[in-house]
Amino acid sequence: MAELDAASDGRRHRPITNAIIIAILTVAVIFYLMPVYVMVITGFKAAADVSLANMWEVPATFTVDGYRSAWDKLSPNLATSFQLAIPATILSGLIGAVNGYLFSKWKFRGSDVLFTLLLFGMFIPYQSILIPLIRFLDYINLYGTLPGLIIVHVVYGLPITTLIFRNYFTNIPGEIIEAARVDGDGVIGIFFRIMLPLSLPAFVVVGIFQFTNIWNDFLFGLTIITNPREQPITVALNNLSGGFAVEWNVLMAGAVIAALPTAILYILLGRFFVRGMLAGSMKG
Amino acid sequence: MATAEHDETKYGEVTRKRAFVETGVAKLLLSPSLIAILVFVYGFIGATLYVSISNWRSSTIDLSPSDPILGIYDRLFHMTRFQIDLRNTFVFTILFLLFAVVVGLVLALLLDQRIFGRSLFRNIFLFPYALSFIVTGVSWRWIFSPQTGINLLVENLGINAALDAIGLPAFSPAWLTTPEVVGDLASWIPFLDGINAQLGLPLAMIPVVIAATWQLSGFAMAMYLAGLGTISHDIREAAQLDGASSWRIYRDIIIPLLRPITISILIILGHVSLKIFDLIFAMSGSGPGFATDVPGIFVYEQTFRATRYNLGAAASIVMLLLVSIVIVPYLARTLKEL
Repeated sequence: MAELDAASDGRRHRPITNAIIIAILTVAVIFYLMPVYVMVITGFKAAADVSLANMWEVPATFTVDGYRSAWDKLSPNLATSFQLAIPATILSGLIGAVNGYLFSKWKFRGSDVLFTLLLFGMFIPYQSILIPLIRFLDYINLYGTLPGLIIVHVVYGLPITTLIFRNYFTNIPGEIIEAARVDGDGVIGIFFRIMLPLSLPAFVVVGIFQFTNIWNDFLFGLTIITNPREQPITVALNNLSGGFAVEWNVLMAGAVIAALPTAILYILLGRFFVRGMLAGSMKG
Repeated sequence: MATAEHDETKYGEVTRKRAFVETGVAKLLLSPSLIAILVFVYGFIGATLYVSISNWRSSTIDLSPSDPILGIYDRLFHMTRFQIDLRNTFVFTILFLLFAVVVGLVLALLLDQRIFGRSLFRNIFLFPYALSFIVTGVSWRWIFSPQTGINLLVENLGINAALDAIGLPAFSPAWLTTPEVVGDLASWIPFLDGINAQLGLPLAMIPVVIAATWQLSGFAMAMYLAGLGTISHDIREAAQLDGASSWRIYRDIIIPLLRPITISILIILGHVSLKIFDLIFAMSGSGPGFATDVPGIFVYEQTFRATRYNLGAAASIVMLLLVSIVIVPYLARTLKEL
């Protein structure tokens, strides 16, 4: 039996085949970790130690000077990114939950068309709405402000959050809804009494995925916030890399700092991230 | 009996009334989001379209219509830089999609085997997807600078010495710093008039393709792994019992079954690559001789640096149209399946 099982669908191999597969995968791992390796070791080098010749070598002496210097320059922007990503994620998640619930369980004539028109919003290149967007934010006195940027991320986050919640709620059987209706619950009652308690996993997926998207945004932060001290970390990091004399150890330490929050989320809760990604995930 | 029937009608009426009210509540609750999307997506696209046919080309707003009405588009398509941008976008999209799909598929097929450390490998390959393009662009920029990075690694590994020993030139490409464009399609198609850009392969685009593949091939891998997970054990087993080798099972059964997944990957990554901006902005900017310039950078510079709003708007509408060609059929198909 065991022998039959082992050979059952052609996915068990002789040790030699296994070794070849693992060897190929290990080469791939080296490629995938190479930029991360460069960032981390360079960040720990002393300024004098960052010469071109020993780029690939581990630091002669480990120092946190690069990190300290990057921290001094980037910590206000790091704070901005948190102040931006957390409220924008929560708001777009909550609104997306309501929308997803309504689009999946309270369909009306034309609701699928409206849902599709909403989805289009997550594929557009944001360059094509920037000019009127900035005029609009200026008109309501929010251009250049963090609340303005939060609103932008909430609105353009609605398609993906609605999509993830809609897909999640679609799988909840209609009988539960019917039973609650017989008990006298309406649209809003069913949402709070039935759907919301069931939707924690969807909130985790949306939360992680949206936090990552908003944290990693560059274009909106670059064009909507004008004061360099108040720009999100991705924009500040890019500013750090401009100029003629780039301090590579500081820049790489800054890159590590900018990457850490989403990297930690990914390492701890990666499987939820993958679910968000596969739900129709976009980047860029 | 009569009462029961009466009750039923009454109940039906109440249900209908209630359904009417409930649908009304649903529409009411959806309306803020729908209005926001109507304004922020469709309204703003309309406004950008309007700017693109206006005379607004300085910091002072001038929304008078340009003459001729599509004059800006005419100018845009005659600009050598924008022609280069379109060429770069096509070159980048084709190479990147090819690499991402092949790498993603190979990794997924390898991880589909029962090997040790499967989930660790998978998590590492997907990790770059969670990072910002700016972060990774900074790192790749250094890896591909010609005096250090890859070239230095090759030198240190003694590969250049070996090449020299057998009489071959040393491996030291200029990577991001070369303005060289290889080949020219125009020499094959003689009737292409008004094209000033060399329709070839800009070599500086290759490092960008590598970086983008590194960052996004994990997405293709995850999509394929999800697809492989749905291919039933029974199919594999049946083929196995018919005496098919595992190579043939993959070639004749599993890979053909993955076709719809490949199409989804091409659409999703294709639209990402058509609007690529952050990665190139951080890695190389416009590059030497605009060798890595793309419409996303063009729009940003024309709009925010040069304040030529109409020109920037027109280029962004071209970007939107390119993305729409890929996305609209995809959304139409999704709608049919809803």
